[in-house]
Amino acid sequence: MRTIRVLSVLVIIATLLPLAGCAGGGGSKTLKIGVIAPMTGDVKTFGESTRNGVQMAVEEWNANGGLLGKQIEIVLGDDKNDAAEATAAATKLIQQDKVKFIVGSVASKCSIPISDVANKNKVVMISPTSTNPKVTVADGVLKPFVFRACFIDPPQGAAMAKFATENLGIKTAAVFYDNGNDYVKGLAEFFKASFEARGGKVTVYEAYAQTDTDFTALLTKVMAEPPDMLYIPDYYNMVNLVNQQARAAGFKGILAGGDGWDSSDLDFQAADGGYFTNHYAADDPRAEVQNWVARYKAKYGTVPDALATLGYDAANLLLNAIKTANSEDPVKVKDALAATAGFPTVSGTISFDENHNPINKDVVILQVKEGKFVHVATLKPE
Amino acid sequence: MTYVLQQLLNGIQLGFVYALIALGYTMVYGIVRLINFAHGDVFMVGAFVGYFTLRALARVTLAGASWLNGILLFLLAMLAAMAACTLLNVTIERIAYKPLRNAPRIAALITAIGVSLFLEYFSSLKFVFGPNYITFPSPLPAQTWEVAGLRISAIQVLIAVVATLLLLGLNYIIRYTKIGKAMRATAFDRDAARLMGINVDLTISFTFGLGAALAGAGGVLYVSAYPRVHTFMGIIPGLKAFTAAVMGGIGSLPGAFVGALIMGVAEVTAKSLYSTMADGVAFLILILVLLVKPSGIFGRAEVEKV
Repeated sequence: MRTIRVLSVLVIIATLLPLAGCAGGGGSKTLKIGVIAPMTGDVKTFGESTRNGVQMAVEEWNANGGLLGKQIEIVLGDDKNDAAEATAAATKLIQQDKVKFIVGSVASKCSIPISDVANKNKVVMISPTSTNPKVTVADGVLKPFVFRACFIDPPQGAAMAKFATENLGIKTAAVFYDNGNDYVKGLAEFFKASFEARGGKVTVYEAYAQTDTDFTALLTKVMAEPPDMLYIPDYYNMVNLVNQQARAAGFKGILAGGDGWDSSDLDFQAADGGYFTNHYAADDPRAEVQNWVARYKAKYGTVPDALATLGYDAANLLLNAIKTANSEDPVKVKDALAATAGFPTVSGTISFDENHNPINKDVVILQVKEGKFVHVATLKPE
Repeated sequence: MTYVLQQLLNGIQLGFVYALIALGYTMVYGIVRLINFAHGDVFMVGAFVGYFTLRALARVTLAGASWLNGILLFLLAMLAAMAACTLLNVTIERIAYKPLRNAPRIAALITAIGVSLFLEYFSSLKFVFGPNYITFPSPLPAQTWEVAGLRISAIQVLIAVVATLLLLGLNYIIRYTKIGKAMRATAFDRDAARLMGINVDLTISFTFGLGAALAGAGGVLYVSAYPRVHTFMGIIPGLKAFTAAVMGGIGSLPGAFVGALIMGVAEVTAKSLYSTMADGVAFLILILVLLVKPSGIFGRAEVEKV
């Protein structure tokens, strides 16, 4: 009996030893890039697109001989679009997989907690699509290791307000927002402020919770004095819920929202005729865009959405900074990333400002039309 | 005034769906004295079965007119959901609750919570329903009619008609059929019913099945009106329907119906006054009922049997 026990302990130790060797990490053969995205849950198309985008970038770098003489490897973490899961995923990538660079996450409500973890552990993080200002700056203090590849919500909300008042002649709007979601709440506030500054009137400004499914009460409130526009800056699955009920309640005005609408799972029938702000348009005639769309289509068979495009751009920004720094030291990489100037990406030329946000990124307005997204306007930030 | 009536209509729409779930809670409680916490998850399974049925029939046309075709497909999806939920709930009763029929009630209650969690997490697996949120395709065109200043949508008419028919059917089964009589007898006194030659096991299974059929239909109606399907969608409606059943007097069928309507109207009223307060109000009602009249509106104060 005793010998068996000793033997089994020895076997366990023998199997664990090589694992321990791996975890040491120091002189590993590959360069690990952590990717945190919502691969399951309420916004899974965002996660899939982001991963595809990052994957394209990594494969292209690897095909060109890798980086610092190493092949690049992606370590994927699923945040399920939940702040607690996101923190757990980030902690696992940093502690267990010894990742020093993270691309992610998609939603601001996940990126904000991750940014604190990354910053504390001196891990460079770049979020492809989190637009809430608090991702890179908390209470006026910059998180030095955190960057983003997209515009932020104040210009995004202002762009829709400008487009609505100037191009569509909208005078009244109702706004619904998720009280527990930084992105949705922020965008709703920025839209409202800008819309009112332009002389528009917000008739109904109401909060809901993420678990809410019944919007009939709020819509009846809206329909008491039907506005020209209903602005719902949430993710596609919530937007589907509201849009269908809005049409069933007899709302005939224009539906509008933000970049959370950009998904193949958007209910195109309910959202038809609606407008939303986005990071890029797939039918942009610029050569970089058309080249990228063709390459992505050849690999994945679909037109890349903004999530895929910005995933690609964010990965390129990060990998380029590692190359410029010529080092895997996160402190040097962070400095190189902050010094990025005039770097060409698919979604525009990127230089970072003092808050680690790209300077002057265009906001694109897309319309949902007959099952497709059609580019209708490009607005310069003001 | 029209505004108040319009909101009342929204409340009744929600209340009808809650009623379909609450009746299952109350029937099962009446017959085996068990709060079946997995009931909300059976409702969720109903919604998923409805979704998969509609998806499978996406290219099928049953009638020329699009609204008639929509209704027929919807009814098929609902029947499939009802059948699947009946089968599921009868199985759950056989496997999880029957062995515990003479065990302390707390054991059965904890089992019910276990079954609930099992249904939620098992169905979240990739090869079952999956962990993702799905938008339910609207079965009807987004049509509204103006009646005396009130806007009535096609989905509201559908819910009212289907739920009323189901409730009338339930009423008929319980009052005028032999199995209904057996249900009432078993609820009244299980041992005496058995002595009278009633097959108590079969009657209990039938009760679970009947409750589940209503929950399945409720699931499909719910996602037709509020089109989002995911594996945790049953929790909140389940709790609210449970609250409605308690408010009406658990064990009482008319109580569950009236309680559900009050619940729906109260929730919508709260939402129209202060939008994030709705869930708080729903559970405040539960607390108040338990404090003021624990037996509920239609409930009798129970005499402890010796």
